[in-house]
Amino acid sequence: MSTAELGLPAVPAKGYPQDVKERLDQDADAVIARYPVKRSALLPLLHLVQSEEGFVSGDGIKYCADKLDLTTAEVSGVATFYSMYKRRQVGDYHVGVCTNTLCAVLGGDEIFATLKEHLGVENDQRTEVSAGVPEAQGKSLTLEHIECNAACDFAPVMTVNWELFDNMTPEKAKQLVDDLLAGREVVASRGPAVCSFRETERILAGFEDRREDAVHGGTIAPESIVGLRVAQARGESA
Amino acid sequence: MTLKLAPVLSRAWDEQDSYTLEGYRRREGYTAIRKALTEMTPDEVIGEVKESGLRGRGGGGFPTGVKWSFIPQGDGKPHYFVVNADESEPGTCKDIPTMLANPHELIEGIVIGSYAIRSHQAFIYVRGEVTHVARRLLAAVREAYAAGFLGKDILGSGFDLDLTVHVGAGAYICGEETALLDSLEGRRGQPRNRPPFPAVEGLYASPTVVNNVESVASVPSILRNGKDWFRTFGSEKSPGFGFFSLSGHVTRPGQYEAGLGVTLRELLDLAGGIRHGHRLKFWTPGGSSTPLFTDEHLDVPLDFENVASAGSILGTRALQVFDETTCVVRAALRWTEFYAHESCGKCTPCREGTYWLVQAYRRLEAGQGDEAELEKLLDICDNINGRAFCALGDGAVSPIVSSIKYFRDEYLEHLRQGGCPFDPSRTTVWAPALTGAY
Repeated sequence: MSTAELGLPAVPAKGYPQDVKERLDQDADAVIARYPVKRSALLPLLHLVQSEEGFVSGDGIKYCADKLDLTTAEVSGVATFYSMYKRRQVGDYHVGVCTNTLCAVLGGDEIFATLKEHLGVENDQRTEVSAGVPEAQGKSLTLEHIECNAACDFAPVMTVNWELFDNMTPEKAKQLVDDLLAGREVVASRGPAVCSFRETERILAGFEDRREDAVHGGTIAPESIVGLRVAQARGESA
Repeated sequence: MTLKLAPVLSRAWDEQDSYTLEGYRRREGYTAIRKALTEMTPDEVIGEVKESGLRGRGGGGFPTGVKWSFIPQGDGKPHYFVVNADESEPGTCKDIPTMLANPHELIEGIVIGSYAIRSHQAFIYVRGEVTHVARRLLAAVREAYAAGFLGKDILGSGFDLDLTVHVGAGAYICGEETALLDSLEGRRGQPRNRPPFPAVEGLYASPTVVNNVESVASVPSILRNGKDWFRTFGSEKSPGFGFFSLSGHVTRPGQYEAGLGVTLRELLDLAGGIRHGHRLKFWTPGGSSTPLFTDEHLDVPLDFENVASAGSILGTRALQVFDETTCVVRAALRWTEFYAHESCGKCTPCREGTYWLVQAYRRLEAGQGDEAELEKLLDICDNINGRAFCALGDGAVSPIVSSIKYFRDEYLEHLRQGGCPFDPSRTTVWAPALTGAY
């Protein structure tokens, strides 16, 4: 059992190697420049270090602390408060199943149970590479049940790297994770093809997707314009 | 009276490029900003918004123009305009589609609001769990800078504004405005004591306005069409329009933008009613933090006053609808687990109270214990409600107290049967195909 699992503090992190630091500095300095007070850059910087390693490591915490003149304790205190910062390595994909009340009732509980069994993992666990799904091409994913993701009119809802997958069923959910593990392209319901968890985290640090067309991905869903369509049919406008 | 829909923010969502600068400009986009910045003084803008009667669309319902007027002027401090885009209240799902389909109307509202309160730095604090919204916002801000709607000397008015998209990291509590400000300062998102209010000491201890996405995005239409036009929708005390987000056991869930004061009965008529073969059991008028309603409340006008008179809160007009297959104990337990998970830990009533509520609830749902368990639940609720540091605690007890009020016998049935009397497989969207019952 590692020290992290025992809840003991890890040995002081050495920090990133010089070349990694120099590469990250370019992005980190751009993040810091967005704010009048530099500590405000902490949340995006934590997303940035998560994009480097797939989780927030001791090295990542030290990097943020050094950049912002904070102590590692101050950075750890923030990193552990927010559920999107992960303390263990996330797989190539983070897969979320909403099990807040509405999604749970409409089928989220069944979807989550189905996926746990299908993948052989529990909540917040990462699949062993190639385990469970024979065709896995060296890809892995982390399964987690998530809270309301503001897409209730599409329940039950799932996410992959925080891209929305609407109106899911257990069958669609199994197909989705099989596709991910097999390295097949997966397209969000109202967005582009999903990228890796690490690439996603760089977007969440406030950088535009490196794929120029990604912003145009996805079309409007019927649920979003159901009222507009009724109004148009009745000749009502505001 | 037949319900009149009011597609304002959603007027062009069916157009392929509604989220682009070009798409928005075809729909009168960035015309209100010209009017505000070149024809009106900041105080005139505040006056117009105040007199429109626009009330906060993030759940609180505080008049937006009044909030702006609280910002001290000539105080020599920088002012900040912050958009609360941390949409996380269970059931609430209007700001995310708004930002996906129409981010520029939000940006236009930000420029107008910042001009009104004399702010030169604005932020959009968007929750982290929506990657594509981050993409759309980042691109829209870039486009707005390039077109001269952000940056230095906007439209030659001499007004400067920078806008930063700030992505959160997963914490429901950051929707509370002072927790949001702490989070934006790079800290744990925990609520602050008030006073001082954010209007006096907000971000970096400077005067700050925090407004919900829908509130801010409603401002350009008010300036384009006038405060009197805005007041043609809704009621006298709850003027204007807003999204009514139907979810759950309804035939056609989704976004219905209408004047405030519509009823669930009218909305269900448009949405094809409760799913076929079932009937309404309970619903939330404005997210899980607002006390439940039942079929008794189908004709309550959904505006601030009428919902309050009927014992709940308009909140975010997040209508989560559940039919008779749903166990209210299961529903309320799950919400309780949510609040326990999201309690920030700052104050004892909420941190400890939500933890013990979950323990007691799980026993109840499993049919263990006796009626005294129910009283214990209510007693814990009583020790949270009004005693917690922020509204999360009050929200946590809403589904519990209201569900016991309307469905006490269902709780007792769990105890009598020693378990849940409902079959959870009947609540799912694919249940009809499985049971063949319809």
